This record gives sequence, structure tokens and C-alpha cells, in this order.
Amino acid sequence: MIKSNPDDILIAGLGITPVGEHWDKQLRTLALEAISAARQDAGELVPEAIYVANSLAPVLSSQTQLGALVADFAGLRGVEAYTIQAAEASGGAAVRQAYLALQSGRIDVALVVGVEKISERPSAEVEDALVMSGDADYEAIHGVTTAAQAALLMQRYMYEFDLSQDAFAGFCVNAHANGANNPMAMFQRAIDENKYAKAPMLCSPVNMFDAAPIADGAAALVLTRAELFPETPSHPRVRIAASSQATSTIALHDRQDLLTFNAAIDATNKAYALAGVQAKDVQVFELHDRFSIFAALSLEACGFAQRGEGWKLAKDGSIRPDGSIPICTFGGSKARGDSCGATGVYQIAELCLQLQGRAGKNQVPDVQTGMAQCLGGTGATAATHILQRIDGS
Amino acid sequence: MDQTRAEPSIYQPDREVGIVGYGSYVPRYRLPASEVARIWKGGSGGTPIQEKSVAGLDEDVITMAIEAARNALQRAQIDPSVIRAVWVGSESHPYAVKPTSTVVAEAIGATPHTLAADWEFACKAATEALQASIGLIGSGMADYTLAIGMDTAQGRPGDALEYTAAAGGAAYVIGPAEESLAVFEGSYSYATDTPDFFRRAYEKYPEHGERFTGEPAYFKHISSAARTLMDALGTTAEDYQHAVFHQPNAKFPQKAARGLGFKPEQIQAGLLSPKIGNPYAGSALIGLTAVLDVAQPGDHILLVSYGSGAGSDAFSLRVSEALTARRERAVSTQQYLERRTEIDYATYARLRGKLILK
Repeated sequence: MIKSNPDDILIAGLGITPVGEHWDKQLRTLALEAISAARQDAGELVPEAIYVANSLAPVLSSQTQLGALVADFAGLRGVEAYTIQAAEASGGAAVRQAYLALQSGRIDVALVVGVEKISERPSAEVEDALVMSGDADYEAIHGVTTAAQAALLMQRYMYEFDLSQDAFAGFCVNAHANGANNPMAMFQRAIDENKYAKAPMLCSPVNMFDAAPIADGAAALVLTRAELFPETPSHPRVRIAASSQATSTIALHDRQDLLTFNAAIDATNKAYALAGVQAKDVQVFELHDRFSIFAALSLEACGFAQRGEGWKLAKDGSIRPDGSIPICTFGGSKARGDSCGATGVYQIAELCLQLQGRAGKNQVPDVQTGMAQCLGGTGATAATHILQRIDGS
Repeated sequence: MDQTRAEPSIYQPDREVGIVGYGSYVPRYRLPASEVARIWKGGSGGTPIQEKSVAGLDEDVITMAIEAARNALQRAQIDPSVIRAVWVGSESHPYAVKPTSTVVAEAIGATPHTLAADWEFACKAATEALQASIGLIGSGMADYTLAIGMDTAQGRPGDALEYTAAAGGAAYVIGPAEESLAVFEGSYSYATDTPDFFRRAYEKYPEHGERFTGEPAYFKHISSAARTLMDALGTTAEDYQHAVFHQPNAKFPQKAARGLGFKPEQIQAGLLSPKIGNPYAGSALIGLTAVLDVAQPGDHILLVSYGSGAGSDAFSLRVSEALTARRERAVSTQQYLERRTEIDYATYARLRGKLILK
């Protein structure tokens, strides 16, 4: 039984916009959509601070100072507001900053909004922007794109563990099957292993289905302390049982072991210790599958599989909603779509829906404890959150 | 803020206007899309069309416009000297400064009492000339005009547009309804500032905004123009035997048609892009020539162009009795499609001046 504590940081409300190509929407209008939904979900609470998670706006939208921009446009002119930038881990990092502020007692209600506007620019410029999360001086300068980095990892993984490409098919099949039941997902069509096998090659061995689409989206959360939360909430109470973040080398060539996501290991171990749980207690894991190799390495880093065996959980169906460790239950980055800096907020919102029993057709039965983890760059940053449903709520 | 934006209203002149003659032109060379894929994609990936038409070494928009105009005059059977406007819409006019239209007007005998002008609005440059013709004739200022859409479209080597950027087009003699093969029942134009595709001055090839060219550009403008016109006329897709939409590839016009409630057979006759590609300003207009080649008196035809930048012109036409006899007076578009010499990428590169010799 998980009991409430007045100091618990709760998710009071959440809002999600569909991920896709929103040609007719600006960054600020996307943010507003998610914020409005989250505030409506949260009831009467008025945010005192806004944490905007974003990675690419300075490059793709020529816009910095998203804090003031979003606060103003969302009708919250005057509140303190910031941009939190940790590449594709910005979402988790922003939730953590809000969590720390609430824990400090100086802020009572915090709003986190992850927002990314990609479709503003042609894909070559987007590719340039994405590669900026790698090491500009030693990687990007040689033309090593994000997909190329993932390809290096995947190639090494297949070599070391003697695997062929089809070992990764299960990740894409699961993501697309789950995306098919998520009305907010960019791709709502299931695929089979045959379709995966026939996918055009993107950056060998990363094929089109191994890579997540990068698209516009926004997700928002209203967070508060349990003592300030209404007595009779409309949904089961969900608390942030642990929040942690860690970094590793930004460049792949500085890693002792290419196939170990050290930041993910460190952030997860911290989170397990803080929440007093172990991997076996985690019933849903929203991991960051920007590339299918990331999913395999994340499962291994977080204690769900031995080194070199993460792919087996995809192969045997363990990662499906009815499996032992469901992942990407709303489609993940692969099918829901990856909105870079907003992804971490999407993950936590989706995990919260699972804990509250609001996950629709992909509902995992009776989820008490779940984990979300987003990765910046090729695992250089990891932000991990463990969420728990509070009983008797 | 503009709170009092006018309700859309369609164009319907006091004096009824129609198509008195029409003619097409397609150069004989065809580059299969598989050739572009072979050179640039290692032979893999899908292709947006089967093949595209390519102009020969001695052809350009002027020569091709003259060919089409002569076909149109064959069907119109009028004295060219009474044509009061010769308008050529294209995005590949041979000269940056010096009109295409004066050369065409001279060649067909329409000079000197005529308003020669070149039009520019990406792929809808010529349907604008059609729209203006309706105004000029509908107001009584002129009895006949010649509106031509013709292109030798540019696509950067290796770019997605290289598969489709094609050569060809059509010419229309516009005149009073009583002499027409088909009469305009109403028309409408829709435009916004949407920069989906452009070519700046002194640049050889256009740039485009990838998928931005789809939903917010092509589909939005085509469907907005078509819907407004049909709503105003009180028509639905079922009222039309034929519909022609601008054809940047094979898929877009079919999807646009479906969205507006048209069945595949309604766009079949005018859907030429799989066989000739996208001759830009000539695309929708040459599609209409293929429809007029087979349409029956009393048929209704919907024509909707699209030009990047962006806008659409929509026209509703009713076929007259005169069409059946007069269309036989010139070569049909189908005959041009059948006159076909397949070329490989190397020949294409030579014909289109892709090889820089100095």
C-alpha cells in the first residue's frame, strides 16, 4: 500500500497535443493547447512558475526566452518562467526542476510544458539542428548525424552479440501496435515484422522503422504538493516517487563501453534508491526509443535485461502491454512521434494516464509503479522519474 | 484585425464566355521515372509517375506555345488578327526580360492590335490568363483572347521534382459563349501567402518545402477553391462528368478528387501526369484538352489549377454541341501522348542542358 505524504509532489493535471506536422500552429499555440488541457485537468490550481522544455527553438524558430513567451501567451503573464534545455532529455529535466522547486517549498504550483516546433524548416536544417546535441567539435564536424551515431551503436551491438537486424523488429512492432490505439500518435497503424524487414535503409543498419519521426508536439503537466491538492480529485492521485538526472560523455569515442548507457544506469539507480523500489517493481517503463537500439540499451541499463539481452524482451513479447515489462505503451517515440525536448513530458503524462487507469485500449492492468526515462543526445543525459499511484485516493 | 472580410463570391460576367478553340502540345521525348531512380537512388524507392515528357534540343516555351496555339486556332476557325490578347503563362519563359507572348502573337498572326503579356504564378500562371480572358470578353472589351499555359519545367538533378518536372501545355482561344465548344458557368480564385515552392532570380532550379507542399499548400488551395465555386453554383461532385486538378504527380490530384467527393472515373480522362509528368503551368490545362477530346455535349467539367506561392483558380464548364465536330480539326492530346520516343538519363541530360560545357 502506498500512502500519501503531505510533502509528496503530485501530478495534478496533464495535457497532450497530437504529435505531427502542425503546419498552421506556432510554437506558442502548441504550448498553449497543452497548457490549457493540463490546467483544465488540474482544476483550480494556478501555476506560479513555468518550466518550458525545449531543445531546438533557438535554431529552428529563432526564438530564445521561451519562458516569457509561453507565460505571456498562456495568460500567465508575470509568473516566473524558464527554458530548460537538455537536448532530447529536456522534458525530464524540466519536470525535475519543477519537482525541486516544489520540494523547496518556495513554489506551490508548477507548470511544465514540453514543446517543439519542427515543421517550420526543411529536413536538412532539422538534421543540422538535431546533430547539435552531439559533440559539435569532434562528432558533428565529421558529419556524424544522430542516425549515424545510433547506427554505430546498433552495428556494434549486432557484432558483439551475433545478431541480425530482425532482432530489433519487436521494438517497432510493439510501438506501432500501441500507437494504433493512441489518438494523439503520429502513426496509428500497426506493422508486422515483414514490413520492418522490408523498410528502406536510413543509415545502415538503422532502417526507417528503427528511427523515430521527429515532429511538432506539446505536452504539459501541472505539479503541486499533496497538502495543496483538492481532497477529492477526479482521478487517482499520482506522485513523483523519484526524480533524478545524470550525464555521461557527450561524445561516443570517450565511452569506455559503447554499449552501456552510463547516464541511464546512474539516473535509474539513483531513482530506484530514492523511491525504494527495484526494477522488478516497475510495471510500465516509458523509455526513449528514438532508435530501436536505444530501447534495447535502455532496458539493459535499467536492470530489465542483462547486457546484450535487451532485444530478447522485444522478441518474446515481454515489452507488450500484456508482457512483463510494457514499454512505449502509447507508441513511444517511434509511433507517437518524437517531439525532442517535449518527449520527456509526453512520457510522464502517458505514464500518469497508465497509473490513473486512463490509458484506454493500451491500459496495463492495475499499475502502481511506473518509470519514465528520456535521453539527451546518444545517451549523454538521462532524466528518470518514478511515478506511483497513491492508494485510497 | 479585419473583422469584416467579404463573403466569397464567384466570377460570372454579364456576357457569357466560353472556349472557342483548344489545342495541346507535348514534345516527343519521354524520360521514365525509373531512369531518375537509377541514377540518383540506386534504382530503389517508389516513383511518383511512370514517365515525363522532355523538350527536344530545338524546343522551348515559345516554340511549344506556337504549336499549341496553332492547334487551338484550327479548332476555333477564327481570323487570328482579331485576337485582342495573347497571354502566355509559364515559369520557363526563355527570356528573363523580353516577352514570350510577342513572339507567339507574331507567329500566329495576332499582331499588332493585341495585348501581349507573359504571366507568372508558378503552375497556375495560365489559368489566371483564362480568368482574365473571361473578364476581358465578358465585359465586351474584346471578342477573342488566346490564353496559353506552357512549360519546360526545371527540376534540380537528384531532387524529388526531377522525376516529374516536364514539358508541354495547352492553348485556349476564349470567346463569346455562342461560338464556344464549352461555356464557363462560373469561376473563382483563391490565394494566400504560402511559400511552399519558389525560384529566386538568377537561380536555375526551384526550391520546395518538402511535405509543406502538400496539405497546407496544394490540398488546402485546391479544395478551398473547388468547394467555394461548387457551393456558389449549387453543384456537387456528382454533377460533373469530368474533373481536372493540377497534377504535380499522380497521387495528389487523385487524393484531392477523393476529398471533394469525385470518383476515379471522373478524373480519368484528364489525368495525364502518370504519362507526361507535371508540365507546370501547362498541367491542368493540358488535362482539360484531353477531357474536351472525349467529352459529350451537355457534360459538366470542373477545372482547378494550383500555383505555388499559393493559389488556385477554379472553373465550371458546360460542353456545347459544337465540340463534337470541331475537335476533329486538330491533333488530339492522346495522339501526342502516343508519339513517344523513350530516352535515357544521359540523353535527357544533354537535351536539358544539364551538362555544363564551359
